Amino acid sequence: MKVLLSWLQEFAPFPSDDPVALGDVMSDLGMAVESIERIGEGLDGIVTVKVLELRKHPDADKIQLVDVDLGDGEALQICCGATNLTVGDVVPLATLGTTMPDGMEIARRKMRGEWSNGMLCSGRELALGEDHSGIYILDPSLALGTPIVEALGITPDVLFDLEINPNRPDAMSVAGVARDLAARLGLPFAIPTPTVDEVAGDASAIASVEIIDPDLCGLFHVRVIEGIKIEPSPRWIADRLTALGMRPINNVVDASNYVMLELGQPNHTYDLAKVPGGALRVRWARDGETITTLDGIERLLTGRRDGVITDATDAPVGIAGVMGGASTEISETTTSVLLECAWWQPMAIARSSKFMGLRSEASARFERGVDPAIADLAARRLAELLAPSGARLVQGSVTVDGNLPVTPAVRVRTARVNQLLGTTIATDQIVALLTPIGFRCEPTEDLDVLSITIPTFRPDTTNETDVIEEIARHFGYSRIVGRAPTSAHTGSLTSLQRDRRIIRQILVGLGVHEAMPLPFLAPGDLARCGLPPEAVTVTNPLAAEESILRTSLRPGLLRAIAYNESHRIDSASLFEIGRAFGVPTSGASLPDEREHLAVALAGADAFAAARIWAVLSETLGLNDITIDQSAPPAGLHPGRSGVLRSGGEPVGEIGEIDPGVLDALGIRERVAWLQLDLGASLSAPHGEHRYHHISRYPSSDLDLAFEVNDSVAAAAIATAIRDAAGSLLVDLSLFDVFRGHPVPDGSRSLAYRLRLQASDRTLTEEDLGGVQRSVVSALASIGAPLRGE
Amino acid sequence: MIDDIKRIGADAPARIAAATSVEELRAVEADLLGKKGELTALKRGMGGLDPEGRKVAGAALNDARESLEAALASRRSELEAAERATTVAAERLDLTELLELPERGSLHLVTQTWDRLVDVFIGMGFTVAEGPEVETDWYNFEALNIPAAHPARGMWDTLYVDLGDPETVLLRTHTSPVQIRVMTDGAPPIYAIMPGRVYRRDTADASHMPVFHQIEGLVVDRNISFADLAGTLEAFTSAYFGGSIHSRLRPSYFPFTEPSAEYDINCVFCEGNGCRTCGQTGWLELGGCGMVHPAVLTNVGLDPEEWSGFAFGFGLDRLALMRHGVDDIREMYTGDVRFLEQFPS
Repeated sequence: MKVLLSWLQEFAPFPSDDPVALGDVMSDLGMAVESIERIGEGLDGIVTVKVLELRKHPDADKIQLVDVDLGDGEALQICCGATNLTVGDVVPLATLGTTMPDGMEIARRKMRGEWSNGMLCSGRELALGEDHSGIYILDPSLALGTPIVEALGITPDVLFDLEINPNRPDAMSVAGVARDLAARLGLPFAIPTPTVDEVAGDASAIASVEIIDPDLCGLFHVRVIEGIKIEPSPRWIADRLTALGMRPINNVVDASNYVMLELGQPNHTYDLAKVPGGALRVRWARDGETITTLDGIERLLTGRRDGVITDATDAPVGIAGVMGGASTEISETTTSVLLECAWWQPMAIARSSKFMGLRSEASARFERGVDPAIADLAARRLAELLAPSGARLVQGSVTVDGNLPVTPAVRVRTARVNQLLGTTIATDQIVALLTPIGFRCEPTEDLDVLSITIPTFRPDTTNETDVIEEIARHFGYSRIVGRAPTSAHTGSLTSLQRDRRIIRQILVGLGVHEAMPLPFLAPGDLARCGLPPEAVTVTNPLAAEESILRTSLRPGLLRAIAYNESHRIDSASLFEIGRAFGVPTSGASLPDEREHLAVALAGADAFAAARIWAVLSETLGLNDITIDQSAPPAGLHPGRSGVLRSGGEPVGEIGEIDPGVLDALGIRERVAWLQLDLGASLSAPHGEHRYHHISRYPSSDLDLAFEVNDSVAAAAIATAIRDAAGSLLVDLSLFDVFRGHPVPDGSRSLAYRLRLQASDRTLTEEDLGGVQRSVVSALASIGAPLRGE
Repeated sequence: MIDDIKRIGADAPARIAAATSVEELRAVEADLLGKKGELTALKRGMGGLDPEGRKVAGAALNDARESLEAALASRRSELEAAERATTVAAERLDLTELLELPERGSLHLVTQTWDRLVDVFIGMGFTVAEGPEVETDWYNFEALNIPAAHPARGMWDTLYVDLGDPETVLLRTHTSPVQIRVMTDGAPPIYAIMPGRVYRRDTADASHMPVFHQIEGLVVDRNISFADLAGTLEAFTSAYFGGSIHSRLRPSYFPFTEPSAEYDINCVFCEGNGCRTCGQTGWLELGGCGMVHPAVLTNVGLDPEEWSGFAFGFGLDRLALMRHGVDDIREMYTGDVRFLEQFPS
């Protein structure tokens, strides 16, 4: 909502000297000032000139040379990019040394070898509107060399652009903003009474209204204006509309818009001659009904969703609260006008305008709720504005009521006010805060309870809390002294939240970067990554590339790997902790949403993933999770991947991305891969690292190499060694893997170092021999003979 | 004999000083004090002296031996130091001549900001709650006092998913549904913050992403007031942004809070003096807040006359961008290592 200072001043005596301070008050009242524009400032040095001659620039197609006359008869050359000039036009010239409203300084400069001695200005360059399509053409009768401010009759003014919250229907008008502001500043506020000479007659004999559906329309007020002569609006009306962002059309349309902006009552003018018998009816639309609106577009209506105004033949002549119809539009031939000031059901207008995709200044106001008490005032104000063109309001009116909401008086307890705000505001202070914004406060039998009548222009306010917000707003949020409550709890992270931090720190220490790919996928992304296509789809994606919710972190991280490769960043190491969304399990209404860790290491083989997993699982104490290579996960390298299992249940996948998938994604390097379902793997107790006594006695090492068939996992050998070695084994490490002669094909040699130690004595040769014998025989029994035996 | 001792004593310093290595010194030591050394030979010759002469000569021999040993030790440590210095000099390394740096990873900017924010609130006694990113209409809108067709729904461009009846399941548009879950799953007193990922039907540009992050706070207890809200946000503001940065609240509207407010802080770039980032206002809009709407409390089964509370929320991504001067939010989400590695921690 934009407001002009001069317009606000018609309702209360606001000071002109400090617009910034005034803006601060508006912001503090919840009408946030987004910008302040000083109209008529920064135009010094811009004068009227006449175009004498237009010439082609010898060296540029998009610039022409314009000779202009400042009034001294001399030709002054200007370079100009606009093409809307003709010889004889009077236009604004920013002379040398001028500082434009946007801060640009005009200097003599050469443009492709030709001198330009100033700049011809568009409307936007003069800050007189948005038009930048060409040079601003002035009245040709203006004296040349006249300052533009004088030539245009620009009165200095201040334009505030305010952000109005949805719960402030009253502030969708200049008068409403003025009322709120005047209340805070303690200034008297009044809406002037329109001066209207009514002509004899009886509007109720000319027009009639029938509300068929009272749940759509709460009030329909009609007046008749005769003696209409369509002409341009007076300059001051056109200027104000332009400043507030509306295009002047003609005196009738402009007066209609002016009243809406000023008083907040959207209204509609019908050409009376085009409304048979002056009869209007109001009802819900029927499915399949159509109407051509003022913008010339034929619109299909939906029953019980859209409302219509029809003529006596039941043909729609307007969409209720949204836009009028073309068939009764004001034109050059209009002489009498039927003026509608109505109150529409806000929810109905919101729904209608949303689903029709048609938003208007009118619908924006109706959906917040307009003041049903202002219809008559608005109609008379409109007649007042049109009076100078000879239009006259006909005596009498037609007013038909539908269902208007009634807000009962609200009881407000002073104790509750202070409890909720943390203040010590007295009851009489509440009265003083609320009365200037139209809330009538009356005492009740309880001294500290007020009965408050809500003004008709505040339909948003219906209960005690709503009123408390108004009290807080006018008391001033900044005057409420802060105090921090003492939490009833000790702040802490959950164990999952702690584990996440540990995982991240480990991965960062291992040289992996955290990435956050978007969780949206394009159709086919899952299949390209070797994953099943079943997924939850987005109903209304902005693009097909964002139409599927990921079921795995794989596509996103691989895309990031590909992105890096294509930017000459080889061997990117990335990880992500994020949610993936499976289709709902049976009976669930929400997707099977799970949080995963995924690690992708470009230029690294499956061992790299396994090494990272070893560090992670050992740190987190996830010793019971095993790698099962018997059935490699889809999309991973069949010979170099496995499923991570916890107690038989899959909780992740590890290995290398399938070369076919890499090809499909255009990734050149190998990619090591790890994905872990954090909820499934971290929810059970884990990571309780118990203290093991450190023996004071010397330890001894035993190196043993076994010949192991490729089908047996090294992890199984390690487990067998641990089991057989018993309590003397304090550390076990695999230190060599060897394939080739003399080890037979299909097997490899695995060499382990066993560190043995007792807690109560120095080990003897017999101890070592005993361990070796039991380990060797245990391994032989599972088909892993000691090398050289 | 005494003369011999004196002579050895007088000659020895020069001989010791002449040794230029520990090894040479060892030879000198053997000549003087060794088994076949000169002093040892003299000692052996003492047998031919009378008791008085033996006593005098013995004392002189002992003195001489002690002084020679001291001179030898001193020379030895000199020579050893010199030899160590030579070795050390030869071992010189240029520590900037690094060939293979160990790889260093990095935490995502969002994570870094998330953790910092969470840590401040933990210090203020808050627990950390999370909820699903795909939500039902009830948690995301209805329970928050935003019924279907409410004009306020226009405040959020919602992405729906194809589950259940049309427009009943959606990608949460804010972290507020977690408030509802915290209140329905637990009971007051509640002091919780809720960081999380949220979604909007928005085309990506320099300052918008369809996916971004928020952090939300909720306090529900007896006698919680707007003053508690203002005090909590002020305490957070100076703890997170530094003591010179303060907060202010301005009236606003949200369906789930009343009174509602915008939460602004002093511009962290100009500290309130006015600059380009804050549009010369000296303030940055951070987020929204307010007293939990009585209808919301009623929706989760709490009596608004017994319990009151406040909630606040703000975007996390912008804080991340601001701290590091990143001017395009999309940079954070490409996974480009050249971007990620700039922010190790």
